[in-house]
Amino acid sequence: MMPQAAETSRDAIVSVRDLQVGFQTTDGRAVVKAVDGVSFDVRRGETFGIIGESGSGKTTIGRALVFLLKPSDGAILHNGVDPLAMPRRQFQSHRRDYQIIFQDPNAALNPRMTILSSVLEPLELARAGSKAERLKRAHEAMDRVGLALDLGERYPHQLSGGQKQRVVIARALTLRPKLIVCDEVVAALDMSIRGDVLNLFAELQRDLGLTYVFITHDLAVVSHISERIAVMYLGRFVELGPTEKVSERPLHPYTKALLSAEPRPLPSTMRGDHRIVLQGEIPSPIDPPSGCRFRTRCQYAQGVCAEKTPDWRELMPDHWVACHFADRPNYSPT
Amino acid sequence: MAAAEPAQRMSKSAAGGPQALMSVRGLGIRFKTSHGIWQATRKIDFDIAPGERVGIVGESGCGKTITGLSILRLLPNNLAGLDGSIHFDGTDLASCSTREMRAIRGRRIAMIFQEPMSALDPVFTVGHQIAETLRVHTGIPREEARERTLDMLRRVGIASPVRRIDDYPHQLSGGMRQRVMIAASLICGPQLLIADEPTTALDVTVQAQILELLRDLSETSNTALMLITHDLGVVAETCTRMITMYAGEVIEDAAVDDALVRPLHPYTSGLLRSLPHLSPRHGKLPSIPGRVPSIMDMPNGCRFRARCPHAVAGCEKEQALLDAGDGRKVRCSRFRELDLAGALQHAATAPIAAMVASP
Ligand SMILES: Nc1ncnc2c1ncn2[C@@H]1O[C@H](COP(=O)(O)OP(=O)(O)OP(=O)(O)O)[C@@H](O)[C@H]1O
Ligand SMILES: Nc1ncnc2c1ncn2[C@@H]1O[C@H](COP(=O)(O)OP(=O)(O)OP(=O)(O)O)[C@@H](O)[C@H]1O
Ligand code: SF4
Ligand code: SF4
Ligand SMILES: [Mg+2]
Ligand SMILES: [Mg+2]
Repeated sequence: MMPQAAETSRDAIVSVRDLQVGFQTTDGRAVVKAVDGVSFDVRRGETFGIIGESGSGKTTIGRALVFLLKPSDGAILHNGVDPLAMPRRQFQSHRRDYQIIFQDPNAALNPRMTILSSVLEPLELARAGSKAERLKRAHEAMDRVGLALDLGERYPHQLSGGQKQRVVIARALTLRPKLIVCDEVVAALDMSIRGDVLNLFAELQRDLGLTYVFITHDLAVVSHISERIAVMYLGRFVELGPTEKVSERPLHPYTKALLSAEPRPLPSTMRGDHRIVLQGEIPSPIDPPSGCRFRTRCQYAQGVCAEKTPDWRELMPDHWVACHFADRPNYSPT
Repeated sequence: MAAAEPAQRMSKSAAGGPQALMSVRGLGIRFKTSHGIWQATRKIDFDIAPGERVGIVGESGCGKTITGLSILRLLPNNLAGLDGSIHFDGTDLASCSTREMRAIRGRRIAMIFQEPMSALDPVFTVGHQIAETLRVHTGIPREEARERTLDMLRRVGIASPVRRIDDYPHQLSGGMRQRVMIAASLICGPQLLIADEPTTALDVTVQAQILELLRDLSETSNTALMLITHDLGVVAETCTRMITMYAGEVIEDAAVDDALVRPLHPYTSGLLRSLPHLSPRHGKLPSIPGRVPSIMDMPNGCRFRARCPHAVAGCEKEQALLDAGDGRKVRCSRFRELDLAGALQHAATAPIAAMVASP
């Protein structure tokens, strides 16, 4: 299989090379190739968005990036260094720089711990500073995310969804990470507070120089917050490029279908009528289609698509795609 | 695929009057809880005309689901009381006998839910479940029921229905299960279909298929659709009218395009403005400060007051659902003086404009 090559940039805070992650199925008889040959760099200070349908492997990439799980193959470098080659102690302290936040704040917070104890916990586990210093840092983090300090005495069930997600963010911030993987962090929030939390992420990035990997299936969210977007399908990237390019001039047929399927809150006069309705559903990653994985749902698929895996190529500056026909201005449907 | 004709969606409400299929008036739902009686919703008024597609939107907990359930009298056991009336084609569903309700439920009014697995019985094949529904309500012979089931599966876009009709629910993907649920709910040709978040658990590409299916079926068979969702995009793509709820009340009721372009209630406007689709990329998203008041601690008068940038003295008085002309209704006494932003305010510079422009 053709490994997905990628640009190498000196400013990469994370470099992923031909990453593969497989899981045994529960009956132990097959392997789910959740991530199957993905390469990319995350640049310092940027927001790198990853979109794709359920089961395409987004969370798996996120977890691998922060070494919550070990790649089956390929490499993940942090600042050019392989953390897995570090001595144990160094690895443990290194990991604090790379945090992950998940969708459900309820699952991340212990219902029997006060908010303040939850925020303090990572500092205590890391034995960072004196007790007074830890408290100061926890309060700073709460203040940063806009949580009143008296909320510290409360329990999770006494907070709203948006407040709980702020607690989780504060908790991740206490260790002063360099990079945060945000996995569907606004999906569980009500619509009127989503904006608030997205604004908070943007503000923290500006003030603290954070780098984000922002995972979501919500196109509007990802294109609002990201500098670059990667589109994932069945364990691989099919397209990667600057947000404006990917969302306005997509090169891959799957990206086009995904964009056109997004329901838009616009009056009928402004919506046009260009929906590409994909047939069928995403195939199983246990036994993906040969050649191009999207071919079973692609209206442009040709014979060659079943035989040959499309190369991952930089068709335009900084804009990568994996499709045999992406350079033809109008592919012809079969 | 056909997007609704703009002319049909602007300012021409089918609501009200003698032609309504269903008229809900003063609907309120109370629950018994360990903290006493909770008034979960109150003063809910709306109409649905035959073939009309109405979106019910609002935040979590505002009362969308229980409003849908109350129409079929499927409310949980701790119901303390149902106030008001639900006139459906000559019958008041809020007060009719259990027997009358049973003849209507599933046959003339059907409902589908977010998670189809919970509504499908895992031990029967999907074909059996659909055909039985039909036989219970019509008593037609088994052979004929199977034929009509096959036909219905085909209509909802199940490829090779002959192969699928004898599958069990767990053998189907999430999108196929939702299609089966839709087939089961439409098999008796209901006049009204209530769909509660039917696509929330599905991927966007599958969601697009299901929404298109619901729209087409409603158009071809003149089935009225009550679509419950928190996604304004889903309403814009599917519905003709939009009812916005807040903290247990209806606060705005308008043709979809009117509500999107020129919302009359500050809450509807705030929601639209906070959508990332509609804001300049990387810009600060407008947000609504504060949170929905708790059901145990509802303020008097306007329930949105504590978060409303336009609140003035007088807003603490009881707010009625006012007639705003053109079939629009709004629960805000200031609606005439306010000039509120809608979906178009930023759309020209927002990512969505590019999405519209792209092929
Ligand atoms: N621990 C695990 N054991 C077995 N299979 C797994 C495990 N984690 C993930 N998978 C499988 O790997 C594939 C990718 O899963 P992943 O959670 O990364 O997808 P995702 O893109 O995050 O999806 P979603 O949008 O639903 O969150 C799926 O087929 C999933 O079932
Ligand atoms: N059995 C019950 N007992 C007491 N309160 C209830 C019960 N069922 C619902 N409620 C309350 O009634 C209100 C409305 O609930 P409902 O499920 O209709 O909300 P919803 O608008 O559908 O929200 P969501 O978008 O989260 O589905 C909520 O405050 C809820 O807590
Ligand atoms: S390689 Fe072929 S099947 Fe794959 S996206 Fe391109 S045209 Fe479609
Ligand atoms: S009644 Fe007053 S507080 Fe309520 S929405 Fe209208 S202006 Fe705002
Ligand atoms: Mg995931
Ligand atoms: Mg609900």
